[in-house]
Amino acid sequence: MALQKNKVSQAMLQYKKDRVSLVIRILVVGAAVVTVCGLLMLIGYILIKGVPYLKLSLFEFHYTSENVSMFPAMINTVVITLLSLIIAAPIGIFSAVYLCEYANKNSKIVKVIRIATETLSGVPSIVYGLFGMLFFVTYLKWGYSLIAGGLTLAIMILPLIMRTTEEALVSVPNSLREASYGLGAGKLTTIFKIVLPSAISGILAGVILAIGRIVGETAALIYTAGTVAQIALVPKQSGVTLAVHLYKLSSEGFNTNEAFATAVVLLIIVFLINGLSNLVATQLRRKAYGKD
Amino acid sequence: MFMKTKYLEKPMKIVFFITALTAVLAVLLICVFLFANGVPAMGKIGLFSFLGGKDWSPTDTPSSFGILPMIMGSIYTTFGAIIIGVPIGLMTAIFMARFSTKRINKFLNPVVELLAGIPSIIYGFFGLQVIVPFVRDSFGGNGNSILTASLLLGFMILPTIIAVSKASLDAVDKTYYEGALALGASHEKSVMKVVVPAAKSGIIAAVVLGIGRAIGEAMAVTMVIGNQARMPIGLLKGARTLTTNIVSEMSYAADLHREALIATGVVLLVFILIINLVLALINKKAGGR
Repeated sequence: MALQKNKVSQAMLQYKKDRVSLVIRILVVGAAVVTVCGLLMLIGYILIKGVPYLKLSLFEFHYTSENVSMFPAMINTVVITLLSLIIAAPIGIFSAVYLCEYANKNSKIVKVIRIATETLSGVPSIVYGLFGMLFFVTYLKWGYSLIAGGLTLAIMILPLIMRTTEEALVSVPNSLREASYGLGAGKLTTIFKIVLPSAISGILAGVILAIGRIVGETAALIYTAGTVAQIALVPKQSGVTLAVHLYKLSSEGFNTNEAFATAVVLLIIVFLINGLSNLVATQLRRKAYGKD
Repeated sequence: MFMKTKYLEKPMKIVFFITALTAVLAVLLICVFLFANGVPAMGKIGLFSFLGGKDWSPTDTPSSFGILPMIMGSIYTTFGAIIIGVPIGLMTAIFMARFSTKRINKFLNPVVELLAGIPSIIYGFFGLQVIVPFVRDSFGGNGNSILTASLLLGFMILPTIIAVSKASLDAVDKTYYEGALALGASHEKSVMKVVVPAAKSGIIAAVVLGIGRAIGEAMAVTMVIGNQARMPIGLLKGARTLTTNIVSEMSYAADLHREALIATGVVLLVFILIINLVLALINKKAGGR
């Protein structure tokens, strides 16, 4: 304790002599404080304004203009999430398996795949929306529908799932693969019985992050899944997700309180998804460095 | 189940390979469909009057489709976002990499992850409810302005800037910092004059990524920028960006108007492709050292 005090006073003396260092320290600490305050302000403001309006009626089965229920939007969000994941998860995981277990790292085709993946992750969501509209809605004549929205988002989250899966596969120690080969297993058996199961938490963490992206997406869905406030009974029907529902409420401007309440629900979902993803990822680290 | 996989080895390898090509196919599809639907409109309007025209009035007769106002709007708001977001983000990253303790970072890491995870629609809603009135009351104007959009975008690109610059700061060789200390520089000066310059390429990559995010953001900007289709005339006046041009008119556009909006998307995509190219070049340079 005394030593600590001594250290602090020594630092103070140092700063008295050296103004520049003091200014630098104040700046970096200040910036970190600003970042944290920004997040707290955003979360705090939305919670304070939204929580009082979280009524049960906002979770009723039907949306009407008197009661802007978010329940249909929540159901659609779940459906679109499932549709996107059914497509993107297998493709993303298999792609990562190819890149990590089969591909020659320096081949031309691998470079092309990497460039394509990076390009996909840089494409803005509104451009995905335009593409989905032109390809799924118009060219394939599916119309505004959950399936068009889901497939558009599947392409959007593909790079994310590929990257996180690949990281998880790379972190599987080679000794495991060698032991499997040593016991006479083939490459496929090794991948499906040894490598993928050991990387499962990393893969899951990526998939959960992808769910977060889907839940928060607006721009890519307006012109693909449409903006009809109803539960889409079949994937060929149009329907809003929670984020699009919030966009509609906020742009119409009649139901600001309900919009805040919807924002609270969306925020809580995003929180839970983030927390879950971290939890699963820590499991991975424990698995990789601890005993099984 | 997997005991007799001998016959499956080859076909499954092909399956893995084909799935890996999906990303390439997706990029090609996106480019083909956007260009095929957007480029003809550029031809009809005339490339020069499309890119350089200062007048966007799609419903007038005769209509005119000049997107220079939106290009300028995008450039202004992105530039503003960089001016606001990069210093704060970079300083925060420096704090996390070199000044913070493990315990503080345990709290800061989730903060950055949450900032990255919060949907843009929530940012936009927050901007509409908080930043718009704030700008209106402190600086005048009606609050929907380039300044508002820049403030919001600057806030939104923080997590990108922080994560990428922190990764490159963490990768700097320990001996650089220790050498500077040994020469008698203070901790702060060692970090600022030695560690940060050593991480330069990663920091530039962070800024370029931030630019990409800011140019591509649609929903949040739509909600706070006012969306007047005119050349930007001041920080406190409303404007329109490439993305918000699409969002605000796509729902009712038809014929050439619709095609012109898709062509706006093409211009946006070309911007992003250029940004990706720049990123690849930066990474190549950094890797080549």
